[in-house]
Amino acid sequence: MEDRLSEILSPYKGKQDALIPILQKVQEEIGYLPAEAMQEIARTTGLPQSRVYAVATFYAQFYFTRRGRHQSKICTGTACHVKGAARIMDTFERELGIACGETSEDYEHSLETVACVGSCALAPVVVVDEEVYGQVDSSKMSKIFDDFKETEKED
Amino acid sequence: MIQITSPPQMAKIMEQCQAALARQKVRFLVCAGTGCVAGGSLDVYDEFKRLIEEKGISVDVELLYEGQKSDAGIGIGGCHGFCQMGPLVRVEPKETFYTKVKVADVEEIVTATIDKDTVVERLLYQNPDGSRSVTEHEVPFYSTQQRIVLGKCGVINPEDIREYFAAEGYQALAHVLQDLTREQVIDIVTRSGLRGRGGAGFPAGRKWQSCLQATGSPKYIVCNGDEGDPGAFMDRSVLEGDPLAVIEGMTIAGYSVGASYGYIYVRAEYPLAVKRLHKAIAQARQSQLLGDNIMGTGFNFDLKIFQGAGAFVCGESTALTLSIEGKRGMPRVAPRPRTTEIGLWDKPTVLNNVKSFAYVPDIIRKGADWFKAIGTETSSGTAVFALTGNITNSGLIEVPMGTTFREIIFNLGGGIPDGEKFKAVQTGGPSGGCLPESLLDLPIDFDSLDEAGAIMGSGGMVIMDERTCMVDVARYFLDFTVIESCGQCVPCRLGTKQLLEVLEDICAGKGRKEDLDLLYELSHAVHAASICGLGQTAANPVLTTLRYFKEEYEAHIFDKCCPAKVCKALISFVISEDRCKGCGICAKHCPVSAITGEKKQVHVIDQSLCIQCGVCMEKCPKKFRAVDCVSPRIKAAVPETMETT
Repeated sequence: MEDRLSEILSPYKGKQDALIPILQKVQEEIGYLPAEAMQEIARTTGLPQSRVYAVATFYAQFYFTRRGRHQSKICTGTACHVKGAARIMDTFERELGIACGETSEDYEHSLETVACVGSCALAPVVVVDEEVYGQVDSSKMSKIFDDFKETEKED
Repeated sequence: MIQITSPPQMAKIMEQCQAALARQKVRFLVCAGTGCVAGGSLDVYDEFKRLIEEKGISVDVELLYEGQKSDAGIGIGGCHGFCQMGPLVRVEPKETFYTKVKVADVEEIVTATIDKDTVVERLLYQNPDGSRSVTEHEVPFYSTQQRIVLGKCGVINPEDIREYFAAEGYQALAHVLQDLTREQVIDIVTRSGLRGRGGAGFPAGRKWQSCLQATGSPKYIVCNGDEGDPGAFMDRSVLEGDPLAVIEGMTIAGYSVGASYGYIYVRAEYPLAVKRLHKAIAQARQSQLLGDNIMGTGFNFDLKIFQGAGAFVCGESTALTLSIEGKRGMPRVAPRPRTTEIGLWDKPTVLNNVKSFAYVPDIIRKGADWFKAIGTETSSGTAVFALTGNITNSGLIEVPMGTTFREIIFNLGGGIPDGEKFKAVQTGGPSGGCLPESLLDLPIDFDSLDEAGAIMGSGGMVIMDERTCMVDVARYFLDFTVIESCGQCVPCRLGTKQLLEVLEDICAGKGRKEDLDLLYELSHAVHAASICGLGQTAANPVLTTLRYFKEEYEAHIFDKCCPAKVCKALISFVISEDRCKGCGICAKHCPVSAITGEKKQVHVIDQSLCIQCGVCMEKCPKKFRAVDCVSPRIKAAVPETMETT
C-alpha cells in the first residue's frame, strides 16, 4: 500500500491547490480513502490532516471505507422519483440484504443513491458498476440480480 | 492536424471541411449521448462499421481530405434530445431519422440506404395518428423547436474538430480576433440581451463588462457545468454533443475581458462529458485554437477541466470557485464583492453556465439583433428544457422564450401517457416550484416564472400527473436540500431539517392542523435568513405546493388520505373479490408472504404483514387488474374475525 501511495502521490508534492484531484486520483486507484492514505496526502501536500479530512468529508464522492465489488446506485432525481425510484430502492435493499449506504459483509455489494445521472428521459434509472440501466422495472431488476448471481458462480 | 495560423484562414478551412463531408454519398450518424449509449448505441455503431466493411463498401470512419469519393461515412453524434426513442440513427444527406435501432436492424438500414435508396419504414418515428415521420423535422417533438444551442448536437461528430469547422465553428472567434475590440464584443453580447442560463438570469454582457473594468490580474473564465438539479441534463448534452461551442464561447469571453486562463467545472457524474471535453481541448490545442498565440494573433488562452466531487451547493458561484481552489465548497457570506471582482483565487472572474457560453459564437456570427429578435422583450433567445416525468415524449427541447407550458407539454411533449390527467409542472429543481394546470398558458421566461413562485432554473421541467403526491414531492425536495445544505448557516441547516420533519410527519399520517401555519412560518424564515441561494430558495417547493395544492395537504392531515396514493403510511392494497381469479401470481411474488389463498380461490392480503411495496398490483395480470390501492388505510384485520371461519 505504501509504495503504491507514494507512486500515486509523487507528482503532487506540495501541490495544495490540487487537493480534490489528488483525493479523486487516490480513490480511483485504491477504491476508497483509507486512513493511511489521508495521512500520506497530508504529508505530501503539506496540508494539516484536519484540512484534508474537512475537504474530503464535504464532498459526497469520497468514501472512507472499502466498497463492495458491485456498486449499485439508484438514481433519485426528480424524474426517477416521480417514476417510482423509492420502490426500486426497496427491492434492491431486500434482494441484496443491505440498507442504502451500506456494504455487504462479504464486500460483494454496495448500495447507495445518486442525486441524478442526467438520463432523466430513461427514468427510472439504476447505475450498476458504471453501466446505466434505463426504464427499470421488476423484470430488468430480476436480470440485474441474476447477473450478480452469475458472477458469484464464476468465482 | 489542421493548423490555423491566421483568422482569415478559417473561412477556407470551413470550405475544405464541408467539401470533405460532401464526399460521402451517405452518412450514418449514430447517437452516442448517455441515454442512447445506455440503450446500446455503441454496439449499433460497431455493427454499422462491421457490416459496411464486410460488404466491401468504401467507408470513411472519419473525414478524409483526399482520394476517391467514398460510398459511406459513419460517425457518432451527440445527443439529439429524444433519448426516450433511442438509440437514434440519422442518415444524411436525406436526414432520415431512425428510432429505437437495435443491432439486428442495422443490416436492413444499410441495404435500404445504399443498395435500394429507400427507407426502413418500421424504424421511422410513428406519429400518434399512425403515420410515420421520415426526418427529424416532421416529428412533432421537434416541429416547433428552435435549436440554437442544441443545433449541432447530434448533427456533428463531437470528437472531430473538423466537423465543427464544417458547421461554421470558430468563424466567430476568427471574426473577433480579426475585426473586433474587447469593448465591441461585449457590446454585441450586451445588446443581444443574453441572460445567464444557470438560473438567475443575470445579463451576461453586464457581467463581462464588470470583469473587464475590474482591476487585478490575471483574470479567469469559469464555465459552470456543475449541473446539480435533479431532473436536468441540458448542460450534459451540450458538453457531450457540442463541446467546442462552449470552448469557443469561453475563448471569446477570455479575449473580451483580458483573461488567458479558464476552467470548465464538470459534475463528477458526467464521465462521458469529461471524455469529450478532453478530446475537444486536445484537438483545439493542436489546431492552435487554444494555448499560446491563437490563430497567430498573439492572443493566449488555455483551459483546464475540473471534475466536481459531488456537492450540489458548488453550483453557487462562490462555492464553485472555492471548490476549484481545493477547499470546502461553502458559499461566501453576503454582502461580498461580486465574482467579477473577487472570484477564483481572489481574482476577477467571469463565471457563466455551459449554455451561456455556447450561445456566444452564434450571437457573434449572426449579430445581436438576430438573437434579440427571438424570445420575449426581457428574455431574449431560446430556453432549453429537459422535459421529463409523466410525459409521452421525454427528452431535451429548445424553444423560444415566451413559449407556453401548454405548447411544450401537449404539443412537443405529446401530453400525459396512460390516459392520466396532468397535475403539475415542476421547474427549477430544488429551488423551483410546482405550478398547476391554471398556469399552463403562462408564457415561460425568467420573469414570469419568478412571479408564479417558481424559477427558470437551469432548465429541468418535470411533468407530474394525478399519480404524483404533491406533499411527497415537497418532502422529496426538502430531503435533497437537507442533504446538500453546506451547513454553515443555521436557518438553512436547521430550518430545512425542521421543514423536512414536518413534511415527513404529514406523509406518515401524523400531521396536525397547526402544521400548515408552521410550514409557512418556517419557510419565510429560511428564505429571509439564509446566506446563499440554496437556502433562500429551499422553501419554494413547499410554498408553491401549499399555494396551489393546499387541499392535498389538508387531505393528508385531516382525512389521513393521500389522494395520489403514494404515501405508504396512508395506503392499503386490497384484492377485489369480484375480479380475483385465484391465479396465485401475486402470492408468488409477494416479498413478505402476506398473500394467502387456494388456487382458483379469491386471495387475501394480510394487512398486518403488508409492506405496501405494490408488487402484487404490478404483477396481477392486466386482464384481471384485481388489486386496488386505496387511501385512507384499511385497518389490519383483528384476529377474532379470522378464527370464526
